[in-house]
Amino acid sequence: MITSRDDVWQSAEVTAVDDVADRIRRIVLQPERPEPTRPGEHIDVLATVNGEQQVRSYSVVEAPDNGGHLVITVFRTPDSRGGSEFMHSLEQGQVLRVTKPLQNFPLRVGAPSYVLLAGGIGITAIAGMAALLRRLGADYRLVYVARSRAAMAYLDDLAALHGHRFEAHIDDEGGSLDVPALVAGVPAHTELYMCGPIRLMDAVRRTWADRGLDRTNLRYETFGNSGWFDAEPFVVRIPRLGVEAAVGSGESMLEALEREGVDMMSDCRKGECGLCQVKVLGLAGRIDHRDVFYSDRQKASDSTMCCCVSRAVAAAPPTSSGKRPAVLTIEVP
Amino acid sequence: MITSMTTTTTNSTTAKLLSYPLNAWYPAAWDHEITGKGILSRTIAGRPLALYRTQDGHPVALADACWHRLAPLSQGKLVGRDEIQCPYHGLRYNAAGRCTSMPAQETLNPSATVASYPVSERFRYVWVWLGDPTLADPALLPDMHQLESDEWAGDGETIQAPCNYQLVLDNLMDLTHEEFVHSSSIGQEELSESEFEVTHDENTVTVTRWMRNIDAPPFWLKNMRDKFPGFEGKVDRWQIIHYTFPSTICIDVGVAEAGTGAPEGDRSRGVNGYVMNTIAPETDRSCHYFWAFMRNYRLESQLITTQLRNGVHGVFGEDEAMLQAQQAAIDANPDHEFYNLNIDMGGMWVRRLLERALESEGRSVAAPAAAPAASSKG
Ligand SMILES: Cc1cc2nc3c(=O)[nH]c(=O)nc-3n(C[C@H](O)[C@H](O)[C@H](O)COP(=O)(O)OP(=O)(O)OC[C@H]3O[C@@H](n4cnc5c(N)ncnc54)[C@H](O)[C@@H]3O)c2cc1C
Ligand code: FES
Ligand code: FES
Ligand SMILES: [Fe+2]
Repeated sequence: MITSRDDVWQSAEVTAVDDVADRIRRIVLQPERPEPTRPGEHIDVLATVNGEQQVRSYSVVEAPDNGGHLVITVFRTPDSRGGSEFMHSLEQGQVLRVTKPLQNFPLRVGAPSYVLLAGGIGITAIAGMAALLRRLGADYRLVYVARSRAAMAYLDDLAALHGHRFEAHIDDEGGSLDVPALVAGVPAHTELYMCGPIRLMDAVRRTWADRGLDRTNLRYETFGNSGWFDAEPFVVRIPRLGVEAAVGSGESMLEALEREGVDMMSDCRKGECGLCQVKVLGLAGRIDHRDVFYSDRQKASDSTMCCCVSRAVAAAPPTSSGKRPAVLTIEVP
Repeated sequence: MITSMTTTTTNSTTAKLLSYPLNAWYPAAWDHEITGKGILSRTIAGRPLALYRTQDGHPVALADACWHRLAPLSQGKLVGRDEIQCPYHGLRYNAAGRCTSMPAQETLNPSATVASYPVSERFRYVWVWLGDPTLADPALLPDMHQLESDEWAGDGETIQAPCNYQLVLDNLMDLTHEEFVHSSSIGQEELSESEFEVTHDENTVTVTRWMRNIDAPPFWLKNMRDKFPGFEGKVDRWQIIHYTFPSTICIDVGVAEAGTGAPEGDRSRGVNGYVMNTIAPETDRSCHYFWAFMRNYRLESQLITTQLRNGVHGVFGEDEAMLQAQQAAIDANPDHEFYNLNIDMGGMWVRRLLERALESEGRSVAAPAAAPAASSKG
């Protein structure tokens, strides 16, 4: 949800930037109005994208001096022409508009045990939870997965801080996480908090449901930009309005339709609320459902989709070189 | 106006509307007020709460505003083992405040939660912690063991006091007002004439007053005769006021036959009561004032329990009228300050402890003095 309150915006000065992993930069901000933070909070930032102000969200990794400084960590998305590029261009002394810390992913204290699961840049939302649980002497496991070691921010620090409670699974070192084994080993009233790519979170969600564990004990936050397939350009048509838009790989279908002047409704822009749903009338290709709004059953029917995150991909076998972009025909509310 | 003499506190005025710390246990309700049948709506420390019990009997305090459109959950209903259903569009939440059902969709929005505050049930109250939940340690509850001890009997009530909570604390930390406010029951002139002693540490303040060889006022004469039928003569009377952060005041009160050694520790020729007071701020200008009167003699007599409760009810009604009038005068005279007297020593130490707690939470000491909030009901 994008906040409707003006009083949450403030300015913040960049006091330090440094690279902490491949394409990942740590940015320290000094907000105008410091306040204490809690794990799971993020700030919204006004990023300048193509000369326009756009909102992006970044988890507060830590907030030293009682919130006097806010540390965020930003992954430069490979085909971003947008927010993360802007964030990586920031230099010490620059001032930007940010919100106060906002909470959509609260950690409940007092659970008998915890599993914290971070995939890639999702560690930004999880690291603070782990630090707090450690301080409280809670029973927790911190599981950090990624494709390669070089792309893992804070790996050594976390390993040192959390000792035997920490484990890393790194794909290209042959250590991929066995999700069913992870979930199978979870004691009954454990709370699992996760943030990472949609594929990882979906696998956990399914095995969690298969084991019949309480679904309210599975907590997650989506960053709203990962899918089952790599993003690729596709075409979307709305016959009733005579609209045809080319959706680039670095933008969402929602953004492309807005750019074409279609009056679209949306709220969360990360696949949670369902307000951006569109009806699918025709499809040449496949739909990459990246939302958490629809159930598996609804996704399988391919009759609607959340256009803020979900995309179309060409159906041709991935090896074919000259494959044609997917074409989606939709109706909008 | 007094100027503070320590280096740690710099305020030189006595706040007329004191803010309340949030990292503290406040009494939300008597244990019997919270049930598994209905939902109690009550505002504590400015936070509207929906209070109920799970089917296992555990008390729950949820923020009383649905995640969706903020409809009051307290107007909803209890369903299943531990859930509450919003009265508007039917979202359900469990005791942890997590949404368990969104009727119009097949999945749950992962951010759909309402705050579930730490609660603790002890001493016949359900306590709630509205600040940083990681600090909510039940060991920090004030000691009110007389309320659940076999050696004490008694009962109490709640006053919806239309004033800032600190005015109640001020009232209880200085009992010289009894001579003027409670002249027909417990007041007597020796109260303001006798010496008192004040001590404090980081968490408590104690005010001790002994009045020796005096006539027992009507309330105490009756109590003496309940234990010692036909008692006549002078008494030694004591009032030992124990404050515990943030807002609990247990007053050890009693009289004993004069000269039988009560001041030295032998209370066997006397009667002893404990006035248990614990206060939860509601808004800046209102509070829930829970009190009980406990005694350690004639434990078997329900008659005495009822008589004492009714007697104290009358006495505290006099305080309530004064507190209401005082708050109204404070609001009607916004450009006047409080001045302090030596009798305020105990209350001033209480303020000091509360101010320090507020400062350490990074919050301002004085509540905004602006327009009085509409009077509230609890
Ligand atoms: C609560 C929250 C916390 C977050 N925390 C962090 C964090 O700590 N660190 C961090 O690096 N990122 C975080 N993100 C993600 C971050 O907000 C941006 O989405 C990310 O930096 C990419 O933005 P961009 O403009 O560079 O990417 P672009 O790729 O240019 O994105 C432009 C827009 O298109 C969408 N988009 C991008 N690619 C696709 C695609 N393939 N399919 C569909 N839509 C697409 C994006 O969501 C964005 O709205 C968080 C997001 C949320 C919601
Ligand atoms: S805008 Fe919320 S799901 Fe797309
Ligand atoms: S306001 Fe509670 S369900 Fe809509
Ligand atoms: Fe009184």
